[in-house]
Amino acid sequence: MPEIDDGHRISVTVNGTVREEVVEDRLTLADFLRERLRLTGTHLGCEHGVCGACTVLVDGDAVRSCLMLAVQSDGTRIETVESLAEDGRLNSLQEAFRRNHALQCGFCTSGFLMSVTAALREAPVRDEEQAREVLSGNICRCTGYTGLVKAVLEADAERKDTAR
Amino acid sequence: MKPGRFAYHAPRELDEALALLKEYGDEAKVLAGGQSLMPILNFRLTQIEHLIDINRLGGGLDEPRVEADTITIPALVRQRQVERSAAMARALPILTDALRVVAHPQIRNRGTICGSLAHADPAAELPSVMAALDARFTIVSADGVRTLDAAEFFVFHLTTALDAEEMLLEVTIDRPPEGTYSAFHEFATRHGDFALAGVAVTCALDDAGVVTGCRVAAAGIAPTPQRLSAVEGLATGNRLDEALLAEIDAAARAEADPTSDIHASAAYRGRLTGVLVKRALADVRTQQEAAHA
Amino acid sequence: MIGARVERREDERLLTGKGRYIDDLDIPDALAAAFLRSPNAHARILNIDASAARELPGVVAVFSGADLMEIQKPLAPKVLHPKLKDLPRLPMPPEEVHFVGEPVAVVVAESRYIAEDALDLIDVDWEVLPAIASTAAALAPGAPLANSKADGNVAVLLTQHAGDPDEAMRTAPHTLSEDFFVMRGGGHSMETRGTAARFDPATGQVTIWDNTQSPHYARQQLSTIYEMAEDDIRVIAPPDVGGGFGPKAQFYGEEVVIPWVAMKIGRAVKWIEDRQENFSSTMMERSQTHHMRVAFDDDGMLLAIHDVIEHDQGAYCAGLQVPSITTSTVPGPYKIPNIHTELRACYTNMVPTSSVRGAGRPQAVFAMERMMDRIAEHLGLDPAEVRTRNLIKKEEMPYQVGITFRDGSPLTYDSGDFPRLLSGTLERFGYRDARAEQAKLREQGRYVGIGLAAYVEGCGLGPYEGAKVRLTNKGKILVTLAAAPQGQGYETVYAQIASDAIGLDMDHIEVRTGDTSKIPFGQGTFASRITATAGPAVHNAAGEMRSRLADTAAQLLGGDPCDVSFEGDLACLGGDLEKSVSLLDIARVANIGKHGITLPKGIRAGLETSSYFAPERAAYASGAHAALVEVDPETGGVTILRYVIGHDCGNVINPLLVDGQVLGGFAHGIGNAMYEEPVYDAEGQPQAASYLDYALVSATEVPNAELFHIHTPSPLNPLGVKGAGEGGTIPAPAAIANAVEDALRPFRARVNRAPVTPCRIVEAIYGDDLTPPEGPQ
Repeated sequence: MPEIDDGHRISVTVNGTVREEVVEDRLTLADFLRERLRLTGTHLGCEHGVCGACTVLVDGDAVRSCLMLAVQSDGTRIETVESLAEDGRLNSLQEAFRRNHALQCGFCTSGFLMSVTAALREAPVRDEEQAREVLSGNICRCTGYTGLVKAVLEADAERKDTAR
Repeated sequence: MKPGRFAYHAPRELDEALALLKEYGDEAKVLAGGQSLMPILNFRLTQIEHLIDINRLGGGLDEPRVEADTITIPALVRQRQVERSAAMARALPILTDALRVVAHPQIRNRGTICGSLAHADPAAELPSVMAALDARFTIVSADGVRTLDAAEFFVFHLTTALDAEEMLLEVTIDRPPEGTYSAFHEFATRHGDFALAGVAVTCALDDAGVVTGCRVAAAGIAPTPQRLSAVEGLATGNRLDEALLAEIDAAARAEADPTSDIHASAAYRGRLTGVLVKRALADVRTQQEAAHA
Repeated sequence: MIGARVERREDERLLTGKGRYIDDLDIPDALAAAFLRSPNAHARILNIDASAARELPGVVAVFSGADLMEIQKPLAPKVLHPKLKDLPRLPMPPEEVHFVGEPVAVVVAESRYIAEDALDLIDVDWEVLPAIASTAAALAPGAPLANSKADGNVAVLLTQHAGDPDEAMRTAPHTLSEDFFVMRGGGHSMETRGTAARFDPATGQVTIWDNTQSPHYARQQLSTIYEMAEDDIRVIAPPDVGGGFGPKAQFYGEEVVIPWVAMKIGRAVKWIEDRQENFSSTMMERSQTHHMRVAFDDDGMLLAIHDVIEHDQGAYCAGLQVPSITTSTVPGPYKIPNIHTELRACYTNMVPTSSVRGAGRPQAVFAMERMMDRIAEHLGLDPAEVRTRNLIKKEEMPYQVGITFRDGSPLTYDSGDFPRLLSGTLERFGYRDARAEQAKLREQGRYVGIGLAAYVEGCGLGPYEGAKVRLTNKGKILVTLAAAPQGQGYETVYAQIASDAIGLDMDHIEVRTGDTSKIPFGQGTFASRITATAGPAVHNAAGEMRSRLADTAAQLLGGDPCDVSFEGDLACLGGDLEKSVSLLDIARVANIGKHGITLPKGIRAGLETSSYFAPERAAYASGAHAALVEVDPETGGVTILRYVIGHDCGNVINPLLVDGQVLGGFAHGIGNAMYEEPVYDAEGQPQAASYLDYALVSATEVPNAELFHIHTPSPLNPLGVKGAGEGGTIPAPAAIANAVEDALRPFRARVNRAPVTPCRIVEAIYGDDLTPPEGPQ
């Protein structure tokens, strides 16, 4: 997406690979990932920070990539949905999503996967009520959340098993 | 919903940031967490020529300072940092409680405490909490420093006393003395939403449960956090029994000066304020009773 | 495979970020487009000056409506009526706009960022005209016109009768009336709309990627407007579409402008709607007022209903389906000998209304089900009992209601067992115990309420839907549907159906969708119709393919077609793997052939079949919901304590997916019941124009719902299937409103409006002033 502008040099680690790019002042992180790096798994649903479809991890924290500028990501470590599968196989969270029909149109799915990944890394999930809270920062218009809740609880249980 | 053009600056030193603000003033905005500013830029509700990103400023601006007498929260402290801090939870439990209902973790990971205050959304939780805590707002510019209290800092809907060249450097709260209890109660449409109304209460109670001092600030009912001084007057010197709470409910409803919008009528908000004040004070009373059980 | 809980094939790519939504597609050198949209609800365009915009570096072209007169032809309403006063809806009107957000110019630039910069530089001189922002305003005597070309604000007046409702009302022992107001909202799929196009001068064909729910409908409209042959226009719904829910089934001006502009400037152009545009310019459902009257006897038996419906049609009639569906949904599952429905659809200066999941049925169910509760209250009877007495019985199917459905046929319910459905819901809900519990809790000063809602849903509409089945030269079975999915799992479900019909493992069957160049005829995904139409079409076409494969294999193996069965990709005689040919072998013989050599005797060339299924009339799904809520009268807060969904969509192809549809629909219904409200001010300006103000439910707002199914197969198609996409949504606002009013019975507070919000609840209890009523607090 060429613009007639001076750019800023950034060095950002995306899904484990260091990327050196020149970015315009106002290019959002979401558009940088999607258009420049062609990592189109991160989606734009609202561009004002509510729907969560654009959620990625920046230095381990779940953030709305539509509310960050690409230039701000200089020196950070970013994880997108494309980093989750292990050797081309779905990881246990992704499997839990599939088993539980936690997606229909799939547009919100990447954002949910990243939000839940960050949440499960941080702390175990106590119960269904807390699973719903974990999910409440992302919007799904298709599933009604039942499958997502089950997927979170199953993935959390598996983490606990693996940790033992 | 792509932002308009601006020149991006990422100063490394505070002086640099302030010099930029002085130079560009009206045409510039400070970027901290970006959770309020970026939506505004994406919607093109405001046009800026210069964006001054303060996230690279050093000098300890990203660490809260919890000291014997005061707690200071500088400009780059993230909401999530405070939420997760055990020291902050001990010192200012009302802040920790309120943060749990501020939006969602994804927003709190980036959003800053000072940024939310500088944005001054009347329905946001943090301004009313700071009003109840009688916080002091330290404002800096290239020309100097000044300090305001909450009533001076919050001027109107989305408007603070900050000049175009000024930046909110930090907020300072006096550590509440022993025997102070606090509560934050809000009612929102959905989990994480802005409050239809919210109430932040800090109360000092003696061993007999008599209120010796009290601050009550309401969110979401007026263009700025509204201190309910009539309520504070009613509570001070009395025990928070059911009869007083009923009286306070009515007084709060009368004192509240709410606005109507598409989400709720003024009458509803006024009624809700009374209910929330009553419940917050009942909460305070319960805490005091538990502490003396 | 039919009836099996098969996990979806789509999931692999969607879970790994490899979905291919329209904005992900690689369309090299595509320019970005942005639309300038009217900031006024009603205005004349006096002048558009785009000179500064055109000069902005990176801008390739700017066109106003007046620059594109060759395509300014009216977009036909999707559903018409002879009495409709249709007003022309132009792709990008050059003269007069009728809603905030209507497109008036388009910018094409190197990036969306630059295109939006250019929008800010376009200068428009407007003559602002009075705006109509509600049906009340539209119908007021002396009201200004919402559209200067009209002679009034009424779009259509339609009346339906069964029996003699006036006489029945006059002579009935009891009548009740009430006005109900239902506001719905937008589809709000997480993916917004989008259209991209590239014209190839060498072939004279334009390829259009469009995340529409109806690719063939779009192609047909474009073929007319562009005056191009349909075969020169290829409309592709991308393999992944991020939700539809109705608004993407409509046809919009942007879909006309973008490909045309691409053709004009000789470059590929892509337009991806942003959420701000989606709020103002994507069609939605808005308000209906029902002036409802019912007549009944001492036992609560319905004698007559009389419903006058005012419907906000918006600035244009993009289709009359929503209000006409409303009128035919009002009677629901009840025996009502006398019916009068009267529709007054009005033009207003807001974005046109059109179907959103539920499509006019939630409003009808709200009016009817609220009234059923009022009847029970009036007579001191139990609301479940009153409903049960009035339900149409299973033995009475097929049941003629007495009025017409939107598909033009007499409203006839094909099958259903409404009493079993309702009693199943009540039993799982623990209705009797819940009533006892409610009484106890009331004594403790807690306000708990029970709400019921039953409904019937017309689905599986015609005119037809089709499928082609072909053995590919790689030895796979390819099922091609015209229908385009937005998350319903077509790649899985239709492979299941084909698998059963052929007797072949699903692994060897692929499903493709939504490309007008791959199958010539189709209607689209909407109105919960595809399972009941494409399902039988796939079943039939796959069945024929089975015969073709068996015939061919039998010829090659020297046996009888009846003895052919499939083991993996091998067609075997009598189950003997030694006597087999692979699908690939069959393709080589019958499809590819040997150049210049005669086809072997008895072999027919070209293994492809197709089938178009045209249902005789709509099928009818049904359901019964029960809600238990607690209301905090001080804050108006509502907690849903229990929710049971009884559902009947006939036979079920994939229970995992059907449950997903019902529960997904339920969440949307909760949104309509309690949260979503597209508010406009008196000037027609949208007030809830972002997700900060427009509340979509998150996981914390949707309660767990217990879901059970009964299955009354439809006699109208060989699979016995009905539709499942909207049932969860339809009765939820009624069930919640019934429950809230029931909870507040001690206050005699009335809930006549959806969404039910805390503010409205408190106002219903206390009135607009602050005086509490007498009675319990």
